[in-house]
Amino acid sequence: MSFSDAIFWVFAVIAVLPALGILFVRGIVRMAFLLLFSLAGFAGLYLELGAGFLGFTQVLIYIGGILILFLFGLMLTARMDVPVRERAGAALVIPGAFAGVIVMAFLLFIALGNPWPVPKASAPAADASLAAERDPDTRDIGYKLMSTYLLPFEAVSVLLLVAMVGAAYIARAREEPTDAGRIP
Amino acid sequence: MIATTLKLGLLGGLWESLGGVGLTHYLVVSALVFGLGILVILTRRNAVAVLMGLELLLNAAGLNFVAFSKYSAPDRIDGQVVTLFVIVIAAAEASLALAITLNIFNNLNTIEVDGARSLKG
Repeated sequence: MSFSDAIFWVFAVIAVLPALGILFVRGIVRMAFLLLFSLAGFAGLYLELGAGFLGFTQVLIYIGGILILFLFGLMLTARMDVPVRERAGAALVIPGAFAGVIVMAFLLFIALGNPWPVPKASAPAADASLAAERDPDTRDIGYKLMSTYLLPFEAVSVLLLVAMVGAAYIARAREEPTDAGRIP
Repeated sequence: MIATTLKLGLLGGLWESLGGVGLTHYLVVSALVFGLGILVILTRRNAVAVLMGLELLLNAAGLNFVAFSKYSAPDRIDGQVVTLFVIVIAAAEASLALAITLNIFNNLNTIEVDGARSLKG
């Protein structure tokens, strides 16, 4: 087992085991912190795949942004007098677990059962000298975003803007509705 | 024939997995996390927990894009760009979904996903 293989196994365990924990642990804050570990494992897997920019974007946006957003959502929706049941009842959990296990088994069967064709000439890019010679992929991603993927890039920009404005509008603090100030 | 395909395929995959890390390994990690995400979505009640399961799904899909991009076209990075879009859309989705959850909590005083049933058809 080479060194990069060992790195893969470490990050794979970090990505999968906390996801398993999210399924079983009690307490929503614990789930959030387990999600942090899982996302960090995915960032490591991106780095292991040679996608440096993507790995650090994952850390910045997922761990630094989305997870903090989740923690804010938890804080704003947790009240002692509003009890939250952890799981759905047995009538929902049993079919749900059944469906989830079937989906997982199906995906595993596809992943393991297919001899995925890998081009021989350039398959192991783990060659250290080759990796050092290559330009960092950040520049390539920038070129791609500004040439091939310009239209999706702009669409996503507009989507993000609309989502931001919409979220701020939906979650705004309202004043108590009074009859005088009510908009008909 | 299906039986032989099953046997050869699964055994071949497992045998291959004993060697160096390849595309199959990433696909297996991604499949496991995707299945766990679906299980979280289907068995949890808390709306924020369901959103966490959704993030697991998006991450698993993104890992698949990057892994396929690296192993089937190593000199191209289109898979990485697609995963970048996935991350951005996940950010938009998370912010909107949390805003809606917050509104449901303020109006109905519950955060359970099956508590919002005042719009019964």
